[in-house]
Amino acid sequence: MTAAMETVTLDTAVEHGLTVDEYALILKLLNRPPNLTELGIFSVMWSEHCSYKSSRRWLKQLPTEAPWVIQGPGENAGVIDIGDGLAAIFKMESHNHPSFIEPYQGAATGVGGILRDVFTMGARPIANLNALRFGAPDHPKTRHLVAGVVAGIGGYGNCVGVPTVGGETNFHPAYNGNILVNAMTVGLAAADRIFYSAAAGPGNPVVYVGSKTGRDGIHGATMASAEFGEGSEEKRPTVQVGDPFTEKLLIEACLELMATDAIIAIQDMGAAGLTSSSVEMADKGGCGIELDLDRVPCRETGMSAYEIMLSESQERMLMVLRPGREDTARAIFEKWELDFAIIGRVTDSGHLVLRKDGAVVADIGVGPLVDQAPTYDRPWTPTPTAPEADVADFPLPDAPERVLTRLLGSPDLASKAWIYEQYDSQVMADTAAGPGLAEGGDAAVVRIQGTSKALAMTTDCTPRYCRADPERGGAQAVAEAWRNLTAAGAKPLAITDNMNFGNPEKPAIMGQFVGAIQGMKNACEVLDFPVVSGNVSLYNETDGEAILPTPAIGGVGLIDAIGQHMTPRLKRAGETLMLIGETNGHLGCSIYLQQLFGEERHRPPPVLPASERRNGNLVRRLIVRGLVSAAHDLSDGGLYVALAEMAIAGQIGADLEVPDGLPLQAWLFGEDQARYLVSTADPGEVEARAEAAGVPCRAVGRTGGDALTLNGANAISLDTLRAAHESFLPELMARAR
Amino acid sequence: MKSCVIVFPGSNCDRDLATALTLVTGTAPTMVWHREMALPDVDLIGVPGGFSYGDYLRCGAVAAQSPVMPAVVEAAKRGVRVLGICNGFQVLTEIGLLPGILMRNQELSFIGKAVELEVKREGSSFTSSYEDDTQIRLPIAHHDGNYFADDETLDRLEGEGLVAFRYVDNPNGSQRDIAGIVNPERTVLGLMPHPERAVDPALGQTDGRPLFDGLVRALS
Repeated sequence: MTAAMETVTLDTAVEHGLTVDEYALILKLLNRPPNLTELGIFSVMWSEHCSYKSSRRWLKQLPTEAPWVIQGPGENAGVIDIGDGLAAIFKMESHNHPSFIEPYQGAATGVGGILRDVFTMGARPIANLNALRFGAPDHPKTRHLVAGVVAGIGGYGNCVGVPTVGGETNFHPAYNGNILVNAMTVGLAAADRIFYSAAAGPGNPVVYVGSKTGRDGIHGATMASAEFGEGSEEKRPTVQVGDPFTEKLLIEACLELMATDAIIAIQDMGAAGLTSSSVEMADKGGCGIELDLDRVPCRETGMSAYEIMLSESQERMLMVLRPGREDTARAIFEKWELDFAIIGRVTDSGHLVLRKDGAVVADIGVGPLVDQAPTYDRPWTPTPTAPEADVADFPLPDAPERVLTRLLGSPDLASKAWIYEQYDSQVMADTAAGPGLAEGGDAAVVRIQGTSKALAMTTDCTPRYCRADPERGGAQAVAEAWRNLTAAGAKPLAITDNMNFGNPEKPAIMGQFVGAIQGMKNACEVLDFPVVSGNVSLYNETDGEAILPTPAIGGVGLIDAIGQHMTPRLKRAGETLMLIGETNGHLGCSIYLQQLFGEERHRPPPVLPASERRNGNLVRRLIVRGLVSAAHDLSDGGLYVALAEMAIAGQIGADLEVPDGLPLQAWLFGEDQARYLVSTADPGEVEARAEAAGVPCRAVGRTGGDALTLNGANAISLDTLRAAHESFLPELMARAR
Repeated sequence: MKSCVIVFPGSNCDRDLATALTLVTGTAPTMVWHREMALPDVDLIGVPGGFSYGDYLRCGAVAAQSPVMPAVVEAAKRGVRVLGICNGFQVLTEIGLLPGILMRNQELSFIGKAVELEVKREGSSFTSSYEDDTQIRLPIAHHDGNYFADDETLDRLEGEGLVAFRYVDNPNGSQRDIAGIVNPERTVLGLMPHPERAVDPALGQTDGRPLFDGLVRALS
C-alpha cells in the first residue's frame, strides 16, 4: 500500500488544520475515511484561504453590480467595461504569511500569482500596484523585511515587464510579527474575449502548461490560514519559489493561444495548486474531472499523489481544450519552451478522480469539496465606540512649520522613493503618471494602448482608523480610493478589496471584520463603486497579537482623454489655492496625534459618502474643464501636509491663510474627509461652480516663492521640507545591520 | 525607413520599441523571433530591453548565442544601423559589436527613474537631431547598467568621440559616466536609458524622439 492510500486518523486531520467537527463531516460526506491524498485535498479546499468559510456570509453584503460590471466576485478577477470594446480586469491579493517567512520569494510569488489571476481571463497585464504594511521602523526585522519584499516585487515585476505604477506603505508595531504584502494587477482585454474557468464537455482534454511541479509550497494555503507563533521561520519550505522569466513566457504563450478558439476554460494554479484549479473548474462547470497524475510534468522523480496535488509550484496553468485543438496549443507552448501535457479529461461524474500508477488514488465528489464545505457564522462583538478627541487637549507643541517638517519625515508620510525607484514603473511605455508626487499623482495613470483614454488606479487604506472604528475605517478606505482616482481626473468605476484581519475565531476580530464590511458597503453604494473582486487574509496574528484591521482597497477609474489627467504638483506661481470640502478640524486618530502625542485611540473622522460624491464630482468637472492646474486629495496629515507635498513636488512655494475660528492645529492637521486642494488661475469661476453645486469651497492661499508661509509668516524653505521628506527611508535602510 | 525588432524569450520592451518606431516612421517594424536565421531587408535593427533568457547566467550572454545573432552581426558589418537599448546594449557588448561590459549597479539594486543625460552629436545619425552638448531627460530601468571597460578602451571611446550619452549625475557607477556608446563607424548604438519610452507627448516625455527622428532623416 502506498503512503497516499494510508488511512488517516483524527490526529492526521488535526495536523492538517481541520477541526474535529470538520473531520466528522468529511467522514459523513465520503461515507468512509479519506486516504492521505484525499485528506490533503479536503484540508486545502476547506482552508479559510480557499473556502472563505468565516467571511463568506459577510462578503455577500457588499455591492457588486453596476451597468459597467461584466464580471463580479467569484472568478479569478473582476471585469469592467471601459468602452471601445475593451474591458479592464483586476484584482488584489495577499501574500502576507509567505512574505514574512521569506520576504523576497514571498513577495515575488505574490506578484506572480496576481498576474496569473488576471491573464488567465484573457487580459494582458498592464500595471501592478501594491499595498505594504511593515512593523515599527526600529523593530529588528523591519529592514530585512522591507529590503526583501521590495526586491522581490521588483525582481518579479521588472522581469515580466509589467510596470509597477503605484502603491502605499505603512509602518506600525502591530505588523511587527505579521507584515502585509498585497499585490494588485490590472489588465486589458477585448470585452468579448474574456476567458472563464468553467470546464465543459465530457471527454474534452484537460491540459497542464507552464513550469514543472516540484515539492515547493506544499500546504501554503493551510499555512495562510493559521496564526504564527514560535518557530514560524521553520515553515520556509512551504514558501513557493518564483521564476518571472517563465511567467513572462507563460503570459505570451497564453495570450497567443487565447487568440485562437482552442480554449474552453482556463484556470491558473495558485493557492492549493492542481487541487484547487481542477476542483474549481469542475465545480464552475458542474462536471467532473479525471486526472492521470503520472502525466503531470514533475521536477523530480518519486513525487507522491499527495505532493503533486498540494504543490504550489509557480507559473502553471490548467486548461480545458476544444477537442482537436491539442496540436495547435502544443505548438504554441513548444515555441515558448514551456511544458505542455494532456493530463486528464472532463467527465460527467461530478467527481474529482485521480489515478497514479494505474490505481485510483482519490475519488471525491466536487460538491463536498466546494458547496458542502463548512461555512461559519462566527460570533462577533462590535468594536466599542472610540472617544472623540478634544482639540484643546492637543495644542501645537512647537512652531507649526517645525511640526510640519516632523510629520513629513514620519514613516507613513515620508517619501517612498527608496521603494518605488527599485521598480520599473515605465515599461510598456504607457505610464502617464507613475509613483511619487514629483512625476506621478494621487492615482497612477496608464494609457490604454491604441486609444486616447487612460486608466487611473490606486491602493488605499488607513489601518489606524480601522482599528479605532472599523466602520468608519472601512468607509474611509473606499472613499479615499474614490477620491484619489477623482483627483487624477478619472471617473471611479470599481474596486477590488483585500481584507487583512486577525483570527476570526475571536469575537472582537470578527467584529472588526463585520464593521469594516458595513462601512465599505455604505461607501460603495453611495459612490456607485462596486466590488468586483477580492481576497480575504485572516489569522494575521503572531503569538496572539493581531494586526491592525486592514481592508486594503484597490480602485480603478477611467480618464476619457489622456493629457487631461491631473497631478498634485504645483505648476505655476501666482495662482490661487482653493480648498474644496468642509473643514471641521477633526484631529481624532490623525497622524498629528499619532506622531506628536502617541495617540491613535480616538475616533477617526466621519465619512460622508454623499459629500464625497458631490465634492468629487465638482473636482472632476473642474479638471476636465481645465480650470485647475494641480489637484490633491487631503488625507493623512491634512491641509498643511497636502500643500507641502504639492509644493515640494512642483518646486513652487505657497502662502496658506489661517482663518479665525478654528484652533491652528485643527486647521492645519485635521483629517476631515471629502476634501481636495486645487490650484487655479480662475478662482472666481471655481467658486461660482462650487456654489452652484452646493460644495463648500474657499480660497486659502497663493502659490509662489520657494518657501511655505502661514499668513506671510512662519516661513520654511522647500529645501528643508524636501530633505525631511526624503531622508526617512534611505536613512533607515542604510543603517548598519 | 524599414526596421525590425529582435524578440528573445524574456524581451519586454520589444512592443514598446515597435510602438515608438511605428509612431515615428509611420510603418510598423517586422518582429523577428530569436530562432530566425535570416533578417528581413531593413535599415535599422532594434535589440530591445528586457530580461532575455531571464538574464540568467549574465545579462545578454545567452541572447548573444541565439540563432538570430549571426545575421545581426553580419548586417551590422554591412553598415545596417543597430540600436541596442538596455538589455539590448548588454547583448551588443556580449556579442562584441560594442566594447566593454555592463556590470551590476554600484549600489547593487535595480534603479527605475528619470535621469539627466548629456548628448554628444559627434557625427552620429543616432544623435544628429539633438542639439550638440544638450541636456535631456530619459528614464532608466536596470539592475546591470554599470558600464566598465579598461582605461585604454575608455580613452579611445572618449578620444574618438564615441560616447554618445553621458549621465549628468551618475546613478550606477558607470566608468566616465557613460550611458551610451557608438561603434567607430557610428552605425551601432548601445545605451542603457530608454528613448522609446519618451516619444509621445501624451505621456509627458519626448526627449527620446530626436533619436528616432535622426535615424529617419539619415535612412529615409
